[in-house]
Amino acid sequence: MKYLSSLLATTGLVVFFFILSGCNQSGQQSGALSSDVASQVYVPPGQYDEFYAIVSGGFSGQLSVYGLPSGRLFRVIPVFSVDPEKGYGFNEETKPMLNTSHGFVPWDDAHHPELSQTNGETDGRWVFINGNNTPRVARVSLKTFETEDIIELPNSGGNHSSPFTTENTEYVVAGTRFSVPIPQKDVEIASYAENFKGALSFIKVDPETGHMSIAFQVLMPGFDYDLAHAGKNNSHGWMFFTSYNTEEQNSLLEVNASQNDKDFIAAINWKKAEEYLAQGKFKELPTSYVHNYWDEEKQMAVSETINSVKVLDPSECPDMVYFLPTPKSPHGCDVDPTGEYIVGAGKLSTDLTVHSFTKMLKAIDEKNFDGDRYGIPVLNYDATVAGVVKEGGLGPLHTEFDGKGYAYTSFFISSEVTKWKIGTWEVVDRIPTYYSIGHLMIPGGDTKKPDGKYLVALNKITKDRFLPTGPELCQSAQLIDISGDKMKLLLDFPTVGEPHYAQGIAASKVVPNSKQFYKLSENKHPYMTPSEKDGRVERKGNEVHVYMTCIRSHFAPDNIEGIKVGDKVYFHVTNLEQDFDVPHGFAVLGAQNAELLIMPGQTETLLWEPKNEGVIPFYCTDFCSALHQEMQGYVRVSARNANTALRWWTGANPEM
Amino acid sequence: MKTFHKVLFISAALMLLALFVFPMWRITLVAPQYPHGVTMYIWINKINGSEPGTLQNINILNHYVGMKKIVPESIPELQYFPYVIMAMSFLGVVFGFIGKRSLWIFWFALLAVLCIAGIYDFYLWEYDYGHNLSPDAPIKIPGMAYQPPLIGNKVLLNFLAKSWPWIGGWFVGLSFFLSGLAIWLSGKKSLKYENADSVKSDSSVSTGMHTFTTAN
Repeated sequence: MKYLSSLLATTGLVVFFFILSGCNQSGQQSGALSSDVASQVYVPPGQYDEFYAIVSGGFSGQLSVYGLPSGRLFRVIPVFSVDPEKGYGFNEETKPMLNTSHGFVPWDDAHHPELSQTNGETDGRWVFINGNNTPRVARVSLKTFETEDIIELPNSGGNHSSPFTTENTEYVVAGTRFSVPIPQKDVEIASYAENFKGALSFIKVDPETGHMSIAFQVLMPGFDYDLAHAGKNNSHGWMFFTSYNTEEQNSLLEVNASQNDKDFIAAINWKKAEEYLAQGKFKELPTSYVHNYWDEEKQMAVSETINSVKVLDPSECPDMVYFLPTPKSPHGCDVDPTGEYIVGAGKLSTDLTVHSFTKMLKAIDEKNFDGDRYGIPVLNYDATVAGVVKEGGLGPLHTEFDGKGYAYTSFFISSEVTKWKIGTWEVVDRIPTYYSIGHLMIPGGDTKKPDGKYLVALNKITKDRFLPTGPELCQSAQLIDISGDKMKLLLDFPTVGEPHYAQGIAASKVVPNSKQFYKLSENKHPYMTPSEKDGRVERKGNEVHVYMTCIRSHFAPDNIEGIKVGDKVYFHVTNLEQDFDVPHGFAVLGAQNAELLIMPGQTETLLWEPKNEGVIPFYCTDFCSALHQEMQGYVRVSARNANTALRWWTGANPEM
Repeated sequence: MKTFHKVLFISAALMLLALFVFPMWRITLVAPQYPHGVTMYIWINKINGSEPGTLQNINILNHYVGMKKIVPESIPELQYFPYVIMAMSFLGVVFGFIGKRSLWIFWFALLAVLCIAGIYDFYLWEYDYGHNLSPDAPIKIPGMAYQPPLIGNKVLLNFLAKSWPWIGGWFVGLSFFLSGLAIWLSGKKSLKYENADSVKSDSSVSTGMHTFTTAN
């Protein structure tokens, strides 16, 4: 009995310790945090975060804006997808922004935000983002956090290696992920190798207006072009693109495009391309693509169609393109802050391949080639490689830099971030992510001047990390402190859509330029109503234009009669407010689009087509003031053939 | 009468022109939603705000409680007061050159009367805006008036109203001080004080008193 009880006691103790250590272990595995961590991410109420994180929304087609280190969400910027909350793509002003050569396309798959740069540093002017599905690149202003420019990419199919910028935003690039027949034509899919090409587009950005135009395209072999990054310092003038499917397969790519031991990083000398362009060594290919831009004065998007594009053929333009053999379907293509090292992340291997720019130039100089593909010289692998980061993890995807001599690489398959030293190529630290990290982001981590304080892991899968919400779960970002020798997990926060990639920028570069409201005196919208007394209704056949104003807390006019079934009623609503953060909304019963959300000083237009007779209410949707609930009105809709007079008023009823 | 005193007096007269460069009064309304306050400036010839839209914003806030719109064009004082100030400044310069002490005292007194009248007029306007409320006001609180303080701070519903002289007003104060000083010093000087040149504003009271009594 005595023995039994002591046995039991011992067993109990063992179990107890087991549970303790088990807790401890599982705690570590789920990233249990030391107590000081909370204060590292705590931004007290009313205070600002140190950084903006601008995170892609993936298949939501949007960009979202967070603060770091708090992880607080500030805004979702509609880019490629309509957004009923803001009326984006629903009001008449923004509809043209989503125009393409296929017509109105209200959705896209937005992958990689990229901040504009000056002298290789983020400058806080714009953020660019690619639309992968219907190939497009957008430019978003960081003054207004609104989409200002969208350009469609001809000859492309899946704009993935995009929109990476050069040191002074001379170009943003757009490389096609899916090669396609150029020009498009009806051919057998199996004629892939013969007919398919990959276009790499170089988009010029006007330094004043930010307007984008396609300067030229390089017509490459029909591989898949995955990611890209521009050279820096000495390598400025070059753009590097990773490629896979150098096997040129068109079916079951997961097997068939994974056969070659080495695919390529394509090094494009764009300064050379400019020379060829100036020499007229381009072909002008007929095509049709659309450029949409925001007319700031008129406060509306303009869509124009362009019917040709200049293309350069590398086989006719020597010294413009070289291939750097890089193992196993490389994904990330990342250039360190000095511009010397180009890191290829072979996503089906355990290793990273680091090419040296200096060695690359030497190999080119010595013509140290290993044959060619379609007339493009393939450089000798051993001649360009500076080092290999061995056994960093499994499935390396993407690398950024801290500016202190270290690089950080995400590993999708082993779900971790690995820190390694540039030059010695040795792994010095690693930290798990929850789960399956894709890209990672350090503010400025792909520029010449990284802010090496935080790293954000962008995770594809969250499983059990947050409260469950049915089968569809959020994706997430994880904030990691990289200021010390050891990486330290600080915070998980859910994201809007899939965070493919993100950019970070010091708040101090953005805050001073943030627009507060639009000056009414600068509003040149053709249907703008400058004051209440100018409010009116005009009929042109079955088109009715309502010139309406809004100010706390009424619309003018707010009573309208003489509308008929079958009319196309355009409500042009001008927000007369001239104060910070006083938007008004406008919604009318039965409208088959969305609401308007009008910022102070702006005019927006909602199209409404009443189907039935009656008296239809409209109201302000954005809680604007103490009398917001009173901010409403009526439209009387009469029969198609009725003789109801067209009249309108605000306040006292007119004499009957 | 020393040149120095004339310079002092003429500068005092010219100080008034600062009213055309700077606002004379500032009223700031502070509420949680307006962390930096809504600031209205009263000039000799206009009323505006820290931002182009400020007056509109104040009018929007005021309309909830039925206060009249502030329309600067409809306030006659803003039309004729600039001429009064210009005239006073001109008169002061002329008197300064003439250098007659009695004229200076007259000017000083006139300025004082005008200022008191101006402040009383300001009070009447404030009273009118604060009390003469529309019977149709959406928000009516029995017994509540919205007159901002003439000078000082006062809580009006959710707003703290702060009313204080601003740069132009400070210059008027300076004008009083300098003209007063000129009158005072010139008074002493006319008594042929031996070391007039060494008289500074910090000269002791006893010396001044002594000079004054001996001269008498």
